[in-house]
Amino acid sequence: MSGVTAWLGPQEWQAVQLSLRVSFWATLAALPLALLVAHALARRQFRGKQLLNGLVHLPLVLPPVVTGYLLLMVFAPKAPVGAALQQFGVVFAFRWTGAALAAAIMGFPLMVRAIRLSIEAVDPKLEEAAATLGASRPWVFITVTLPLILPGVLAGAVLGFAKAMGEFGATITFVSNIPGQTQTLPSAIYAFLQVPGGESAALRLTLISVAIALAALLLSEWLARRVAARVGGR
Amino acid sequence: MLSVELKHRLPDFSLDVRFEAPLGVTVLFGRSGTGKTTVVQAVAGLLCPDRARIMVDGEVLGDTDQRHWLPPHKRRMGYVFQDARLFPHLTVRQNLLYGQKFAPRGSKPESLDRVVELLGIGSLLHRRPGLLSGGEKQRVAIGRALLSAPRMLLADEPLAALDEARKAEILPYFERLRDEIGIPILYVSHSAAEVARLATTVVVMQDGRVRHQGAAADVLADPEVMPTGVRSAGALLKARVHCHHSDGLTELEAGGVALFLPRIDRTPGTTVRVRIAAHEVILSRQRPEGLSALNILPGQVEHIRTGSGPGAMVSLRTPAGRVLARVTRRSAAALDLAPGVDCHAVLKTVSIAPVDIGRGQ
Repeated sequence: MSGVTAWLGPQEWQAVQLSLRVSFWATLAALPLALLVAHALARRQFRGKQLLNGLVHLPLVLPPVVTGYLLLMVFAPKAPVGAALQQFGVVFAFRWTGAALAAAIMGFPLMVRAIRLSIEAVDPKLEEAAATLGASRPWVFITVTLPLILPGVLAGAVLGFAKAMGEFGATITFVSNIPGQTQTLPSAIYAFLQVPGGESAALRLTLISVAIALAALLLSEWLARRVAARVGGR
Repeated sequence: MLSVELKHRLPDFSLDVRFEAPLGVTVLFGRSGTGKTTVVQAVAGLLCPDRARIMVDGEVLGDTDQRHWLPPHKRRMGYVFQDARLFPHLTVRQNLLYGQKFAPRGSKPESLDRVVELLGIGSLLHRRPGLLSGGEKQRVAIGRALLSAPRMLLADEPLAALDEARKAEILPYFERLRDEIGIPILYVSHSAAEVARLATTVVVMQDGRVRHQGAAADVLADPEVMPTGVRSAGALLKARVHCHHSDGLTELEAGGVALFLPRIDRTPGTTVRVRIAAHEVILSRQRPEGLSALNILPGQVEHIRTGSGPGAMVSLRTPAGRVLARVTRRSAAALDLAPGVDCHAVLKTVSIAPVDIGRGQ
Protein backbone atom coordinates (compact mmCIF):
# COMPACT_ATOMS: atom_id res chain seq x y z
CA MET A 1 0.00 0.00 0.00
CA SER A 2 2.82 2.39 0.89
CA GLY A 3 4.24 1.71 -2.56
CA VAL A 4 1.01 2.88 -4.13
CA THR A 5 0.83 6.00 -1.95
CA ALA A 6 4.44 6.81 -2.81
CA TRP A 7 3.71 6.32 -6.51
CA LEU A 8 0.63 8.58 -6.29
CA GLY A 9 0.71 12.16 -5.11
CA PRO A 10 -1.41 13.05 -2.02
CA GLN A 11 -4.18 14.62 -4.07
CA GLU A 12 -4.30 11.60 -6.37
CA TRP A 13 -4.36 9.16 -3.46
CA GLN A 14 -7.12 11.20 -1.84
CA ALA A 15 -9.20 10.96 -5.03
CA VAL A 16 -8.76 7.17 -5.22
CA GLN A 17 -9.75 6.75 -1.56
CA LEU A 18 -12.76 9.01 -1.94
CA SER A 19 -13.90 7.18 -5.07
CA LEU A 20 -13.67 3.83 -3.27
CA ARG A 21 -15.68 5.18 -0.32
CA VAL A 22 -18.31 6.80 -2.56
CA SER A 23 -18.68 3.67 -4.70
CA PHE A 24 -18.86 1.34 -1.71
CA TRP A 25 -21.70 3.26 -0.06
CA ALA A 26 -23.47 3.90 -3.35
CA THR A 27 -23.48 0.17 -4.11
CA LEU A 28 -24.53 -0.86 -0.61
CA ALA A 29 -27.41 1.62 -0.51
CA ALA A 30 -28.68 0.88 -4.02
CA LEU A 31 -28.49 -2.91 -3.80
CA PRO A 32 -31.61 -3.66 -1.68
CA LEU A 33 -33.74 -1.31 -3.76
CA ALA A 34 -32.35 -2.77 -6.99
CA LEU A 35 -33.24 -6.26 -5.75
CA LEU A 36 -36.78 -5.16 -4.97
CA VAL A 37 -37.28 -3.41 -8.31
CA ALA A 38 -35.68 -6.28 -10.27
CA HIS A 39 -37.95 -8.80 -8.56
CA ALA A 40 -41.03 -6.70 -9.30
CA LEU A 41 -40.04 -6.29 -12.96
CA ALA A 42 -39.20 -9.97 -13.38
CA ARG A 43 -42.07 -11.61 -11.50
CA ARG A 44 -44.99 -9.27 -10.90
CA GLN A 45 -47.65 -7.88 -13.16
CA PHE A 46 -48.80 -4.42 -12.16
CA ARG A 47 -49.99 -1.15 -13.66
CA GLY A 48 -47.18 1.20 -14.54
CA LYS A 49 -44.65 -1.60 -14.94
CA GLN A 50 -43.38 -0.17 -18.23
CA LEU A 51 -43.18 3.28 -16.66
CA LEU A 52 -41.09 1.93 -13.77
CA ASN A 53 -38.89 0.08 -16.25
CA GLY A 54 -38.39 3.32 -18.19
CA LEU A 55 -37.59 5.35 -15.07
CA VAL A 56 -35.03 2.79 -13.94
CA HIS A 57 -33.26 2.93 -17.28
CA LEU A 58 -33.48 6.70 -17.67
CA PRO A 59 -30.01 7.42 -16.21
CA LEU A 60 -28.50 5.15 -18.87
CA VAL A 61 -29.75 7.33 -21.72
CA LEU A 62 -30.04 10.80 -20.18
CA PRO A 63 -26.95 13.00 -20.51
CA PRO A 64 -25.28 12.65 -17.08
CA VAL A 65 -25.14 16.39 -16.75
CA VAL A 66 -28.95 16.43 -16.91
CA THR A 67 -29.18 13.85 -14.14
CA GLY A 68 -26.77 15.92 -12.07
CA TYR A 69 -28.74 19.09 -12.67
CA LEU A 70 -32.03 17.34 -11.76
CA LEU A 71 -30.42 16.13 -8.52
CA LEU A 72 -29.29 19.65 -7.79
CA MET A 73 -32.80 20.98 -8.35
CA VAL A 74 -34.21 18.43 -5.90
CA PHE A 75 -31.50 18.21 -3.25
CA ALA A 76 -29.94 21.69 -3.20
CA PRO A 77 -30.15 23.25 0.29
CA LYS A 78 -32.78 25.70 -0.95
CA ALA A 79 -34.78 23.11 -2.89
CA PRO A 80 -37.84 21.59 -1.16
CA VAL A 81 -36.46 18.07 -0.59
CA GLY A 82 -32.96 19.35 0.22
CA ALA A 83 -34.34 21.80 2.76
CA ALA A 84 -36.49 19.14 4.41
CA LEU A 85 -33.57 16.71 4.65
CA GLN A 86 -31.37 19.45 6.10
CA GLN A 87 -33.74 19.53 9.11
CA PHE A 88 -32.53 15.99 9.86
CA GLY A 89 -28.91 16.89 9.23
CA VAL A 90 -28.78 15.11 5.88
CA VAL A 91 -26.99 17.15 3.25
CA PHE A 92 -26.19 15.92 -0.25
CA ALA A 93 -25.18 18.97 -2.26
CA PHE A 94 -21.42 19.53 -2.49
CA ARG A 95 -20.68 16.67 -0.07
CA TRP A 96 -19.26 13.22 -0.67
CA THR A 97 -22.70 11.83 0.24
CA GLY A 98 -24.04 13.67 -2.79
CA ALA A 99 -21.37 12.02 -4.93
CA ALA A 100 -22.51 8.67 -3.53
CA LEU A 101 -26.16 9.49 -4.35
CA ALA A 102 -25.27 10.46 -7.91
CA ALA A 103 -23.15 7.32 -8.31
CA ALA A 104 -25.93 5.13 -6.90
CA ILE A 105 -28.47 6.54 -9.35
CA MET A 106 -26.13 6.15 -12.32
CA GLY A 107 -25.24 2.55 -11.35
CA PHE A 108 -28.82 1.56 -10.50
CA PRO A 109 -29.94 0.52 -14.03
CA LEU A 110 -26.93 -1.76 -14.43
CA MET A 111 -27.66 -3.46 -11.10
CA VAL A 112 -31.35 -3.91 -11.87
CA ARG A 113 -30.57 -5.37 -15.29
CA ALA A 114 -28.11 -7.95 -13.95
CA ILE A 115 -30.37 -9.00 -11.09
CA ARG A 116 -33.48 -9.09 -13.25
CA LEU A 117 -31.81 -11.38 -15.77
CA SER A 118 -30.75 -13.77 -13.03
CA ILE A 119 -34.25 -13.82 -11.51
CA GLU A 120 -35.71 -14.56 -14.94
CA ALA A 121 -33.32 -17.51 -15.23
CA VAL A 122 -34.89 -19.09 -12.14
CA ASP A 123 -37.76 -21.39 -13.11
CA PRO A 124 -40.95 -20.09 -11.43
CA LYS A 125 -41.98 -23.74 -11.16
CA LEU A 126 -39.37 -24.14 -8.43
CA GLU A 127 -41.02 -21.33 -6.50
CA GLU A 128 -44.39 -23.04 -6.98
CA ALA A 129 -42.93 -26.28 -5.66
CA ALA A 130 -41.62 -24.46 -2.58
CA ALA A 131 -45.08 -23.01 -1.96
CA THR A 132 -46.70 -26.46 -2.05
CA LEU A 133 -44.14 -27.55 0.55
CA GLY A 134 -45.44 -24.89 2.92
CA ALA A 135 -43.22 -21.88 2.22
CA SER A 136 -44.93 -18.48 2.19
CA ARG A 137 -43.89 -15.90 -0.43
CA PRO A 138 -41.13 -14.27 1.66
CA TRP A 139 -39.75 -17.69 2.61
CA VAL A 140 -39.82 -18.82 -1.01
CA PHE A 141 -37.76 -15.76 -1.88
CA ILE A 142 -35.28 -16.25 0.96
CA THR A 143 -34.81 -20.01 0.62
CA VAL A 144 -35.14 -20.59 -3.13
CA THR A 145 -34.97 -17.45 -5.27
CA LEU A 146 -32.26 -15.55 -3.41
CA PRO A 147 -29.74 -18.40 -3.13
CA LEU A 148 -30.17 -19.17 -6.83
CA ILE A 149 -29.66 -15.57 -7.92
CA LEU A 150 -26.92 -14.70 -5.42
CA PRO A 151 -24.13 -14.74 -8.01
CA GLY A 152 -26.32 -12.53 -10.22
CA VAL A 153 -26.86 -10.11 -7.36
CA LEU A 154 -23.12 -9.96 -6.75
CA ALA A 155 -22.50 -9.44 -10.46
CA GLY A 156 -24.96 -6.55 -10.39
CA ALA A 157 -23.18 -5.10 -7.37
CA VAL A 158 -19.80 -5.36 -9.07
CA LEU A 159 -21.11 -3.63 -12.19
CA GLY A 160 -22.76 -0.93 -10.09
CA PHE A 161 -19.53 -0.42 -8.17
CA ALA A 162 -17.51 -0.08 -11.36
CA LYS A 163 -20.01 2.38 -12.79
CA ALA A 164 -19.87 4.38 -9.56
CA MET A 165 -16.06 4.47 -9.76
CA GLY A 166 -16.34 5.99 -13.22
CA GLU A 167 -19.21 8.41 -12.67
CA PHE A 168 -18.27 11.94 -13.76
CA GLY A 169 -20.91 14.10 -15.40
CA ALA A 170 -23.69 13.88 -12.82
CA THR A 171 -21.20 14.05 -9.95
CA ILE A 172 -19.40 17.18 -11.09
CA THR A 173 -22.71 18.90 -11.85
CA PHE A 174 -24.33 17.95 -8.55
CA VAL A 175 -21.46 18.18 -6.05
CA SER A 176 -18.72 20.01 -8.01
CA ASN A 177 -15.03 19.11 -7.89
CA ILE A 178 -13.68 19.93 -4.43
CA PRO A 179 -10.41 18.13 -3.62
CA GLY A 180 -10.81 15.97 -0.50
CA GLN A 181 -14.58 16.59 -0.48
CA THR A 182 -16.10 15.61 -3.81
CA GLN A 183 -13.14 15.12 -6.09
CA THR A 184 -13.55 11.50 -7.21
CA LEU A 185 -11.12 9.70 -9.47
CA PRO A 186 -12.61 10.87 -12.81
CA SER A 187 -13.02 14.43 -11.49
CA ALA A 188 -9.36 14.39 -10.44
CA ILE A 189 -8.27 13.21 -13.91
CA TYR A 190 -10.29 16.04 -15.41
CA ALA A 191 -8.75 18.57 -12.97
CA PHE A 192 -5.19 17.38 -13.68
CA LEU A 193 -5.75 17.72 -17.40
CA GLN A 194 -6.80 21.36 -16.91
CA VAL A 195 -3.42 22.40 -15.42
CA PRO A 196 -0.03 22.39 -17.22
CA GLY A 197 2.17 19.43 -16.15
CA GLY A 198 -0.76 17.39 -14.81
CA GLU A 199 -0.55 14.74 -17.55
CA SER A 200 1.55 12.25 -15.60
CA ALA A 201 -0.84 12.33 -12.62
CA ALA A 202 -3.79 11.96 -14.98
CA LEU A 203 -2.09 8.97 -16.64
CA ARG A 204 -1.51 7.22 -13.30
CA LEU A 205 -5.17 7.67 -12.34
CA THR A 206 -6.23 6.50 -15.80
CA LEU A 207 -4.27 3.27 -15.34
CA ILE A 208 -5.99 2.70 -12.01
CA SER A 209 -9.38 3.35 -13.62
CA VAL A 210 -8.75 0.89 -16.42
CA ALA A 211 -7.56 -1.78 -13.97
CA ILE A 212 -10.61 -1.41 -11.74
CA ALA A 213 -13.07 -1.43 -14.66
CA LEU A 214 -11.47 -4.48 -16.24
CA ALA A 215 -11.35 -6.42 -12.98
CA ALA A 216 -15.02 -5.59 -12.32
CA LEU A 217 -16.10 -6.76 -15.77
CA LEU A 218 -14.18 -10.04 -15.50
CA LEU A 219 -15.55 -10.66 -12.01
CA SER A 220 -19.15 -9.99 -13.05
CA GLU A 221 -18.80 -12.30 -16.09
CA TRP A 222 -17.47 -15.05 -13.86
CA LEU A 223 -20.31 -14.55 -11.37
CA ALA A 224 -22.89 -14.65 -14.16
CA ARG A 225 -21.54 -18.03 -15.27
CA ARG A 226 -21.88 -19.23 -11.67
CA VAL A 227 -25.62 -18.43 -11.84
CA ALA A 228 -26.03 -20.70 -14.83
CA ALA A 229 -24.17 -23.52 -13.08
CA ARG A 230 -26.14 -23.04 -9.90
CA VAL A 231 -29.52 -23.05 -11.59
CA GLY A 232 -28.39 -26.21 -13.39
CA GLY A 233 -27.76 -27.84 -10.01
CA ARG A 234 -24.18 -29.04 -10.36
CA MET B 1 -61.45 -37.60 1.95
CA LEU B 2 -61.12 -34.93 -0.69
CA SER B 3 -64.15 -33.50 -2.42
CA VAL B 4 -63.89 -31.27 -5.45
CA GLU B 5 -66.44 -29.18 -7.31
CA LEU B 6 -64.99 -27.02 -10.01
CA LYS B 7 -65.97 -24.94 -13.02
CA HIS B 8 -63.35 -23.19 -15.11
CA ARG B 9 -63.07 -21.81 -18.63
CA LEU B 10 -59.93 -22.81 -20.48
CA PRO B 11 -58.95 -21.43 -23.90
CA ASP B 12 -60.25 -24.49 -25.78
CA PHE B 13 -63.00 -25.86 -23.59
CA SER B 14 -64.70 -25.49 -20.26
CA LEU B 15 -64.11 -27.62 -17.24
CA ASP B 16 -66.99 -28.76 -15.06
CA VAL B 17 -66.13 -31.53 -12.64
CA ARG B 18 -67.31 -32.90 -9.35
CA PHE B 19 -65.79 -35.92 -7.67
CA GLU B 20 -64.61 -37.36 -4.39
CA ALA B 21 -61.33 -39.02 -3.57
CA PRO B 22 -61.55 -41.42 -0.64
CA LEU B 23 -58.59 -43.08 1.07
CA GLY B 24 -56.24 -44.99 -1.21
CA VAL B 25 -55.20 -43.93 -4.68
CA THR B 26 -57.72 -42.01 -6.76
CA VAL B 27 -56.58 -41.82 -10.36
CA LEU B 28 -57.81 -38.92 -12.48
CA PHE B 29 -57.76 -40.78 -15.75
CA GLY B 30 -58.11 -39.28 -19.21
CA ARG B 31 -56.36 -38.28 -22.39
CA SER B 32 -53.99 -35.33 -22.43
CA GLY B 33 -55.75 -32.00 -22.62
CA THR B 34 -58.91 -32.88 -20.70
CA GLY B 35 -58.14 -30.53 -17.83
CA LYS B 36 -56.74 -33.03 -15.33
CA THR B 37 -53.75 -30.88 -14.44
CA THR B 38 -55.96 -27.83 -13.98
CA VAL B 39 -58.01 -29.77 -11.44
CA VAL B 40 -54.93 -30.81 -9.48
CA GLN B 41 -53.49 -27.30 -9.56
CA ALA B 42 -56.76 -25.95 -8.19
CA VAL B 43 -56.66 -28.52 -5.39
CA ALA B 44 -53.11 -27.41 -4.57
CA GLY B 45 -54.09 -23.73 -4.74
CA LEU B 46 -51.64 -22.95 -7.55
CA LEU B 47 -54.52 -21.80 -9.73
CA CYS B 48 -57.80 -20.14 -8.81
CA PRO B 49 -60.60 -21.38 -11.08
CA ASP B 50 -63.70 -19.38 -12.00
CA ARG B 51 -65.78 -21.30 -9.49
CA ALA B 52 -64.72 -24.02 -7.12
CA ARG B 53 -65.28 -25.56 -3.76
CA ILE B 54 -62.58 -27.85 -2.43
CA MET B 55 -62.72 -29.66 0.89
CA VAL B 56 -60.43 -32.09 2.69
CA ASP B 57 -61.67 -34.03 5.71
CA GLY B 58 -64.39 -31.45 6.32
CA GLU B 59 -62.08 -28.45 6.09
CA VAL B 60 -62.73 -26.00 3.27
CA LEU B 61 -59.51 -25.24 1.40
CA GLY B 62 -61.24 -22.98 -1.02
CA ASP B 63 -64.72 -21.80 -1.84
CA THR B 64 -64.86 -19.12 -4.51
CA ASP B 65 -68.50 -18.34 -3.63
CA GLN B 66 -67.36 -17.40 -0.14
CA ARG B 67 -64.35 -15.52 -1.59
CA HIS B 68 -62.16 -17.92 0.34
CA TRP B 69 -59.11 -19.36 -1.41
CA LEU B 70 -56.20 -20.58 0.70
CA PRO B 71 -52.76 -20.00 -0.83
CA PRO B 72 -50.73 -23.15 -1.61
CA HIS B 73 -48.47 -22.89 1.42
CA LYS B 74 -51.42 -23.09 3.79
CA ARG B 75 -53.00 -26.16 2.18
CA ARG B 76 -50.46 -28.85 3.04
CA MET B 77 -50.95 -30.74 -0.18
CA GLY B 78 -47.80 -32.65 -1.11
CA TYR B 79 -47.33 -32.14 -4.84
CA VAL B 80 -45.26 -34.47 -7.01
CA PHE B 81 -44.77 -32.72 -10.34
CA GLN B 82 -44.13 -34.37 -13.69
CA ASP B 83 -40.72 -32.66 -13.78
CA ALA B 84 -39.43 -33.35 -10.27
CA ARG B 85 -38.65 -29.67 -9.59
CA LEU B 86 -35.93 -30.35 -7.04
CA PHE B 87 -34.11 -27.29 -5.73
CA PRO B 88 -30.81 -27.25 -7.64
CA HIS B 89 -28.87 -25.35 -4.96
CA LEU B 90 -29.67 -27.88 -2.23
CA THR B 91 -28.42 -31.40 -1.71
CA VAL B 92 -30.86 -34.31 -1.87
CA ARG B 93 -30.99 -34.38 1.91
CA GLN B 94 -31.72 -30.64 2.13
CA ASN B 95 -34.38 -31.04 -0.55
CA LEU B 96 -36.01 -33.82 1.45
CA LEU B 97 -36.06 -31.77 4.63
CA TYR B 98 -37.18 -28.54 2.96
CA GLY B 99 -40.86 -28.81 3.87
CA GLN B 100 -40.28 -30.02 7.40
CA LYS B 101 -39.54 -26.60 8.83
CA PHE B 102 -42.85 -25.29 7.48
CA ALA B 103 -44.96 -28.19 8.76
CA PRO B 104 -47.33 -26.99 11.48
CA ARG B 105 -46.59 -27.84 15.09
CA GLY B 106 -48.30 -30.99 16.16
CA SER B 107 -48.27 -32.53 12.71
CA LYS B 108 -46.36 -35.76 12.52
CA PRO B 109 -44.26 -35.89 9.38
CA GLU B 110 -42.81 -39.21 8.37
CA SER B 111 -39.27 -39.67 9.62
CA LEU B 112 -36.44 -39.06 7.18
CA ASP B 113 -35.06 -42.55 7.80
CA ARG B 114 -38.35 -44.22 6.97
CA VAL B 115 -38.88 -42.23 3.78
CA VAL B 116 -35.29 -42.75 2.66
CA GLU B 117 -35.68 -46.49 3.22
CA LEU B 118 -39.08 -46.63 1.56
CA LEU B 119 -37.84 -44.91 -1.59
CA GLY B 120 -34.37 -46.44 -1.65
CA ILE B 121 -32.55 -43.11 -1.85
CA GLY B 122 -30.06 -43.58 1.01
CA SER B 123 -27.05 -43.45 -1.30
CA LEU B 124 -28.15 -40.16 -2.88
CA LEU B 125 -28.48 -38.00 0.23
CA HIS B 126 -25.33 -35.94 -0.24
CA ARG B 127 -25.62 -35.48 -3.98
CA ARG B 128 -26.92 -32.49 -5.91
CA PRO B 129 -30.08 -32.94 -7.99
CA GLY B 130 -28.35 -31.98 -11.25
CA LEU B 131 -26.47 -35.27 -11.30
CA LEU B 132 -29.40 -37.60 -10.59
CA SER B 133 -31.19 -39.71 -13.17
CA GLY B 134 -34.83 -38.97 -13.98
CA GLY B 135 -36.06 -41.85 -11.85
CA GLU B 136 -33.89 -40.87 -8.90
CA LYS B 137 -35.08 -37.27 -9.11
CA GLN B 138 -38.70 -38.39 -9.06
CA ARG B 139 -38.12 -40.61 -6.00
CA VAL B 140 -36.52 -37.69 -4.16
CA ALA B 141 -39.44 -35.47 -5.18
CA ILE B 142 -41.88 -38.01 -3.74
CA GLY B 143 -39.87 -38.13 -0.52
CA ARG B 144 -39.73 -34.35 -0.30
CA ALA B 145 -43.52 -34.11 -0.62
CA LEU B 146 -44.07 -36.86 1.97
CA LEU B 147 -41.75 -35.22 4.51
CA SER B 148 -43.66 -31.94 4.47
CA ALA B 149 -46.39 -33.67 6.53
CA PRO B 150 -49.05 -33.32 3.85
CA ARG B 151 -52.71 -34.16 4.33
CA MET B 152 -52.70 -35.68 0.89
CA LEU B 153 -50.37 -36.39 -1.97
CA LEU B 154 -51.05 -34.95 -5.43
CA ALA B 155 -49.16 -36.62 -8.25
CA ASP B 156 -49.50 -35.05 -11.69
CA GLU B 157 -48.37 -37.60 -14.29
CA PRO B 158 -45.27 -38.32 -12.22
CA LEU B 159 -44.07 -40.97 -14.67
CA ALA B 160 -44.90 -39.27 -17.97
CA ALA B 161 -41.43 -37.80 -18.44
CA LEU B 162 -39.67 -41.13 -17.80
CA ASP B 163 -38.80 -43.96 -20.16
CA GLU B 164 -40.37 -47.41 -19.73
CA ALA B 165 -37.57 -48.77 -17.55
CA ARG B 166 -37.74 -45.77 -15.20
CA LYS B 167 -41.54 -46.06 -15.03
CA ALA B 168 -41.20 -49.66 -13.95
CA GLU B 169 -38.70 -48.46 -11.35
CA ILE B 170 -41.03 -45.83 -9.81
CA LEU B 171 -44.41 -47.61 -9.91
CA PRO B 172 -43.61 -50.00 -7.03
CA TYR B 173 -42.81 -47.01 -4.80
CA PHE B 174 -46.28 -45.58 -5.34
CA GLU B 175 -47.68 -49.00 -4.47
CA ARG B 176 -45.70 -48.93 -1.25
CA LEU B 177 -47.01 -45.45 -0.44
CA ARG B 178 -50.55 -46.67 -0.99
CA ASP B 179 -50.12 -49.81 1.10
CA GLU B 180 -47.67 -48.72 3.80
CA ILE B 181 -48.08 -44.99 4.43
CA GLY B 182 -51.85 -44.83 4.12
CA ILE B 183 -51.91 -41.27 2.87
CA PRO B 184 -54.64 -40.49 0.31
CA ILE B 185 -53.21 -39.91 -3.14
CA LEU B 186 -54.76 -38.07 -6.08
CA TYR B 187 -52.89 -39.34 -9.11
CA VAL B 188 -53.23 -37.95 -12.63
CA SER B 189 -52.57 -40.37 -15.46
CA HIS B 190 -53.40 -41.22 -19.04
CA SER B 191 -51.98 -44.73 -18.78
CA ALA B 192 -54.23 -47.75 -18.31
CA ALA B 193 -51.28 -49.68 -16.89
CA GLU B 194 -50.82 -47.13 -14.11
CA VAL B 195 -54.53 -47.25 -13.33
CA ALA B 196 -54.38 -51.04 -13.17
CA ARG B 197 -51.39 -50.98 -10.88
CA LEU B 198 -52.34 -48.20 -8.50
CA ALA B 199 -55.95 -47.16 -8.52
CA THR B 200 -58.37 -47.83 -5.73
CA THR B 201 -60.84 -45.44 -7.32
CA VAL B 202 -60.82 -44.15 -10.88
CA VAL B 203 -62.31 -40.85 -11.99
CA VAL B 204 -62.54 -40.90 -15.78
CA MET B 205 -62.34 -37.46 -17.34
CA GLN B 206 -63.27 -36.58 -20.88
CA ASP B 207 -63.56 -33.15 -22.49
CA GLY B 208 -63.56 -31.39 -19.15
CA ARG B 209 -66.27 -33.56 -17.59
CA VAL B 210 -66.24 -36.52 -15.24
CA ARG B 211 -67.38 -39.35 -17.44
CA HIS B 212 -67.39 -42.09 -14.85
CA GLN B 213 -66.24 -42.74 -11.30
CA GLY B 214 -65.76 -46.18 -9.81
CA ALA B 215 -63.50 -49.03 -8.79
CA ALA B 216 -60.47 -49.68 -10.98
CA ALA B 217 -61.56 -53.15 -12.14
CA ASP B 218 -64.98 -51.87 -13.27
CA VAL B 219 -63.61 -48.91 -15.18
CA LEU B 220 -60.87 -50.87 -16.92
CA ALA B 221 -63.31 -53.55 -17.96
CA ASP B 222 -65.76 -51.08 -19.45
CA PRO B 223 -64.62 -50.11 -22.95
CA GLU B 224 -67.39 -47.51 -23.07
CA VAL B 225 -65.71 -45.35 -20.46
CA MET B 226 -62.09 -46.07 -21.35
CA PRO B 227 -60.88 -42.65 -22.40
CA THR B 228 -57.73 -43.94 -24.04
CA GLY B 229 -59.53 -46.19 -26.52
CA VAL B 230 -60.30 -49.88 -26.80
CA ARG B 231 -56.66 -50.86 -27.12
CA SER B 232 -56.11 -50.08 -23.46
CA ALA B 233 -59.24 -51.88 -22.24
CA GLY B 234 -58.57 -54.95 -20.16
CA ALA B 235 -59.50 -56.90 -17.09
CA LEU B 236 -57.96 -56.69 -13.66
CA LEU B 237 -57.62 -60.02 -11.86
CA LYS B 238 -56.72 -60.54 -8.24
CA ALA B 239 -54.42 -63.50 -7.79
CA ARG B 240 -52.11 -65.12 -5.28
CA VAL B 241 -48.54 -66.16 -6.02
CA HIS B 242 -48.60 -69.97 -5.78
CA CYS B 243 -45.01 -70.99 -6.59
CA HIS B 244 -42.06 -70.37 -8.87
CA HIS B 245 -41.10 -73.07 -11.37
CA SER B 246 -37.56 -73.95 -12.35
CA ASP B 247 -38.21 -73.17 -16.03
CA GLY B 248 -38.61 -69.46 -15.27
CA LEU B 249 -42.35 -69.30 -14.82
CA THR B 250 -44.37 -68.13 -11.86
CA GLU B 251 -47.64 -69.87 -11.13
CA LEU B 252 -50.48 -67.76 -9.80
CA GLU B 253 -53.74 -68.99 -8.42
CA ALA B 254 -56.87 -66.98 -9.15
CA GLY B 255 -60.23 -68.35 -8.06
CA GLY B 256 -58.94 -71.91 -8.22
CA VAL B 257 -57.48 -71.53 -11.72
CA ALA B 258 -53.73 -71.62 -12.39
CA LEU B 259 -52.18 -68.73 -14.33
CA PHE B 260 -48.62 -68.90 -15.64
CA LEU B 261 -46.52 -65.77 -16.05
CA PRO B 262 -42.89 -65.04 -16.76
CA ARG B 263 -41.17 -65.18 -13.40
CA ILE B 264 -42.05 -62.27 -11.10
CA ASP B 265 -40.15 -61.28 -8.02
CA ARG B 266 -42.78 -61.94 -5.37
CA THR B 267 -42.78 -64.44 -2.53
CA PRO B 268 -45.38 -67.22 -2.69
CA GLY B 269 -48.52 -66.32 -0.78
CA THR B 270 -48.53 -62.60 -1.64
CA THR B 271 -51.45 -61.21 -3.59
CA VAL B 272 -50.99 -59.40 -6.87
CA ARG B 273 -53.21 -57.61 -9.34
CA VAL B 274 -52.74 -58.59 -12.95
CA ARG B 275 -53.98 -56.56 -15.87
CA ILE B 276 -54.96 -58.64 -18.88
CA ALA B 277 -55.28 -56.52 -21.99
CA ALA B 278 -58.41 -57.39 -23.97
CA HIS B 279 -56.62 -57.52 -27.31
CA GLU B 280 -54.25 -60.25 -26.02
CA VAL B 281 -57.07 -62.70 -25.28
CA ILE B 282 -58.17 -65.39 -27.75
CA LEU B 283 -61.58 -67.08 -27.42
CA SER B 284 -62.36 -70.74 -28.09
CA ARG B 285 -65.66 -72.58 -27.72
CA GLN B 286 -64.00 -75.96 -27.03
CA ARG B 287 -61.16 -76.38 -24.60
CA PRO B 288 -58.24 -76.05 -26.99
CA GLU B 289 -55.63 -78.81 -27.21
CA GLY B 290 -52.21 -78.90 -28.77
CA LEU B 291 -51.86 -75.16 -28.19
CA SER B 292 -48.72 -73.38 -27.04
CA ALA B 293 -50.56 -70.90 -24.81
CA LEU B 294 -50.40 -72.00 -21.19
CA ASN B 295 -53.33 -70.08 -19.73
CA ILE B 296 -56.79 -71.36 -20.51
CA LEU B 297 -59.64 -69.97 -18.43
CA PRO B 298 -63.07 -71.61 -18.74
CA GLY B 299 -66.00 -69.21 -18.51
CA GLN B 300 -69.32 -67.99 -19.76
CA VAL B 301 -70.06 -65.04 -22.01
CA GLU B 302 -71.56 -62.23 -19.97
CA HIS B 303 -72.23 -59.75 -22.73
CA ILE B 304 -70.93 -58.62 -26.10
CA ARG B 305 -70.48 -55.01 -27.07
CA THR B 306 -70.14 -53.98 -30.66
CA GLY B 307 -69.60 -50.55 -32.10
CA SER B 308 -69.43 -49.23 -35.62
CA GLY B 309 -65.99 -50.77 -36.26
CA PRO B 310 -65.10 -54.37 -37.05
CA GLY B 311 -64.36 -55.22 -33.40
CA ALA B 312 -66.42 -56.69 -30.60
CA MET B 313 -65.66 -56.61 -26.89
CA VAL B 314 -66.63 -59.87 -25.23
CA SER B 315 -66.93 -59.96 -21.48
CA LEU B 316 -66.42 -63.40 -19.96
CA ARG B 317 -67.22 -64.56 -16.44
CA THR B 318 -64.49 -66.96 -15.27
CA PRO B 319 -63.62 -68.43 -11.85
CA ALA B 320 -60.64 -66.02 -11.78
CA GLY B 321 -62.88 -63.00 -12.34
CA ARG B 322 -64.14 -61.09 -15.32
CA VAL B 323 -61.96 -61.31 -18.43
CA LEU B 324 -62.32 -59.10 -21.49
CA ALA B 325 -61.55 -60.25 -24.99
CA ARG B 326 -61.40 -58.06 -28.04
CA VAL B 327 -62.19 -60.08 -31.15
CA THR B 328 -63.65 -59.26 -34.56
CA ARG B 329 -67.38 -59.21 -35.08
CA ARG B 330 -66.82 -61.87 -37.74
CA SER B 331 -65.22 -64.23 -35.18
CA ALA B 332 -67.96 -63.53 -32.66
CA ALA B 333 -70.53 -64.51 -35.24
CA ALA B 334 -68.57 -67.59 -36.39
CA LEU B 335 -68.33 -68.86 -32.80
CA ASP B 336 -72.02 -68.18 -32.18
CA LEU B 337 -71.10 -66.10 -29.15
CA ALA B 338 -74.04 -64.87 -27.12
CA PRO B 339 -74.65 -64.18 -23.45
CA GLY B 340 -74.67 -67.42 -21.43
CA VAL B 341 -72.62 -69.43 -23.93
CA ASP B 342 -69.69 -71.45 -22.53
CA CYS B 343 -66.34 -70.30 -23.82
CA HIS B 344 -62.61 -70.45 -23.02
CA ALA B 345 -60.28 -67.49 -22.76
CA VAL B 346 -56.76 -68.26 -23.99
CA LEU B 347 -53.83 -66.12 -22.99
CA LYS B 348 -50.17 -66.39 -23.90
CA THR B 349 -47.88 -66.31 -20.88
CA VAL B 350 -45.55 -63.77 -22.46
CA SER B 351 -48.38 -61.36 -23.24
CA ILE B 352 -48.41 -60.31 -19.60
CA ALA B 353 -45.71 -57.69 -19.16
CA PRO B 354 -44.10 -56.91 -15.80
CA VAL B 355 -45.72 -53.46 -15.89
CA ASP B 356 -49.12 -55.20 -15.82
CA ILE B 357 -48.45 -56.90 -12.50
CA GLY B 358 -48.90 -54.89 -9.33
CA ARG B 359 -49.11 -55.41 -5.62
CA GLY B 360 -52.48 -56.53 -4.32
CA GLN B 361 -54.21 -54.73 -1.49
